[in-house]
Amino acid sequence: MDNLTEIRWHGRGGQGAVTAAKLTAEAALKLDQYFQASPEYGPERMGAPIQAFTRISPEPINIHCNVTSPGIVAVLDPTLLAVVDVTQGMPDDGVLVINSEMSPAEVRAANNYEKQKIFTVDASKIAAECIGRAIPNTPMLGAMLKATHIMDVEKVAEHIRASFGKKFSQEIIDGNVEALTRAYAEVQSE
Amino acid sequence: MAKTVALTGNVACAQAMRQADPDVVAAYPITPQTTIVEEFSTYVANGLVNTEYVTVESEHSAMSASIGASAAGSRVMTATASQGLALMWEELYIASAYRLPIIMHNVNRTLSGPINIHCDHQDSMGARDSGWIQLFCENAQEAYDTTLQAVRIAEDHRVKLPVMVCLDGFIISHAIDRLDILDDDVAAKFVGEFDAPITMLDANNPITVGPFDGLHGSFFEFRRDQELATLGSVPVIEEVGKEYGQISGREYGLFEAYKLDDAEVAIVVLGSAAGTTRVVVDKLRESGIKAGLLKLRSFRPFPAEQIAEALAGVKAVAALDRSLSPGAIGAPLFQEIRSALYDQASRVPVINYIYGLGGRDVSMPNLEQVFNDLSQVAKSGQTGPVIRYLGLKE
Repeated sequence: MDNLTEIRWHGRGGQGAVTAAKLTAEAALKLDQYFQASPEYGPERMGAPIQAFTRISPEPINIHCNVTSPGIVAVLDPTLLAVVDVTQGMPDDGVLVINSEMSPAEVRAANNYEKQKIFTVDASKIAAECIGRAIPNTPMLGAMLKATHIMDVEKVAEHIRASFGKKFSQEIIDGNVEALTRAYAEVQSE
Repeated sequence: MAKTVALTGNVACAQAMRQADPDVVAAYPITPQTTIVEEFSTYVANGLVNTEYVTVESEHSAMSASIGASAAGSRVMTATASQGLALMWEELYIASAYRLPIIMHNVNRTLSGPINIHCDHQDSMGARDSGWIQLFCENAQEAYDTTLQAVRIAEDHRVKLPVMVCLDGFIISHAIDRLDILDDDVAAKFVGEFDAPITMLDANNPITVGPFDGLHGSFFEFRRDQELATLGSVPVIEEVGKEYGQISGREYGLFEAYKLDDAEVAIVVLGSAAGTTRVVVDKLRESGIKAGLLKLRSFRPFPAEQIAEALAGVKAVAALDRSLSPGAIGAPLFQEIRSALYDQASRVPVINYIYGLGGRDVSMPNLEQVFNDLSQVAKSGQTGPVIRYLGLKE
């Protein structure tokens, strides 16, 4: 339990928050970690605010209650900051990774965030340029990995190549891996 | 070599179905169905199984088709949830009365009014008297393992009863979890070939299935036979659980007794909340509270004697029900736990906590509160309110 990492993903329906939560869990398998990944089910509509959760631990995870105090929160859509309290339940030393054109200091000032460590990355732009569509989940995953060091980005890239290979074209796979690694390099800290 | 994988509970169940290779799967493919049959349909389409897949027009028909196929001597599996199980109602009783070894997943979801699709056990509890064996699973691993064991239990000639494999909706069914799956040949060898003792299609031994019995027939005796078969499945469930342990390293019984040996306070619970409770038990043990857990796996048959033995010595017990029985003295699990403990020489206080209806979260602080309440009851000898609610907004 002491080594349990809990992540909450905020996004809007269609942005791939659920896929990001699952991808993180599946990548954890490659590192022989234990994990859980689940979306919060409700009325699922394109554009509606949604949440998804990932747990990772070196030991088997027994708990099945909701994630209520995540140490890591990733926000896939900057417009959510005005409508959802993304810091809810976070510990003071939590890590907040936000898809935004702004710097962490600007996001902190604009939203009156007093605690947590804030990281920002323009994941929408990276996704548009690398994948051709503004689906920011893989760049947000890359940024989160840099901010938290919970997993090796290369291992995650390997997993994307292997798991996307069945469903997507080489171009899409390469684009996602590029988006992951570019966001990993570009994410800004305070 | 077993393979470690990342799968949702539903896909884990579908994988076990694939390895059991049923002759017939009949399912209604629209909500409240589960992705179990959706996933399984891809195995059929890809030729991974030899299954005749029948898409029917309702859950009522899904169970009817399952009954027909099973009576004809096929290995039959299906899956449902919530209102889907409710729509199967009359067929559930027929399947068990005809002693048909149908295996069905029920992804535990509430029954509506107001509309709610989330987890609780009210669907399975409504079917508790239908004559099906009901096995509850804590996580995706158990759902997978229990599916393979269910085939053996149902088809055992000492049992010949349908088995419902219950897993918590969304919490387990839709969450990705880590689990080990057996090699196909190991799983196939474990479940074996279905050997129907009597079938409708055996021309040399003609039988009638489902005739009119009438007022002066043997209906009462049939129902009693069903009861005996259900009780008689107890050693089979244990045997199969042990044998499964030999091939997988994961042994199963009627229930899991966790730190009960010296426990003073104990929670009895079904399904995924047992995992959270186990963690709370460990936490409380660190601060000197002698907490324990009885995770019930087999709700039908209900192993009353074994439960009473496992809880002997405990000073206060809480039965946690993810269902509510309006107007009754507590919910189903509580009723039976208290009943099982009634005849003990020293009668232990039992409290019912209703929790988690319609998917309401049950948190670690909730469960700690239960243990704290139990400690108070044990210390004071005063039971207080017998029926309580966890996480109810008041």
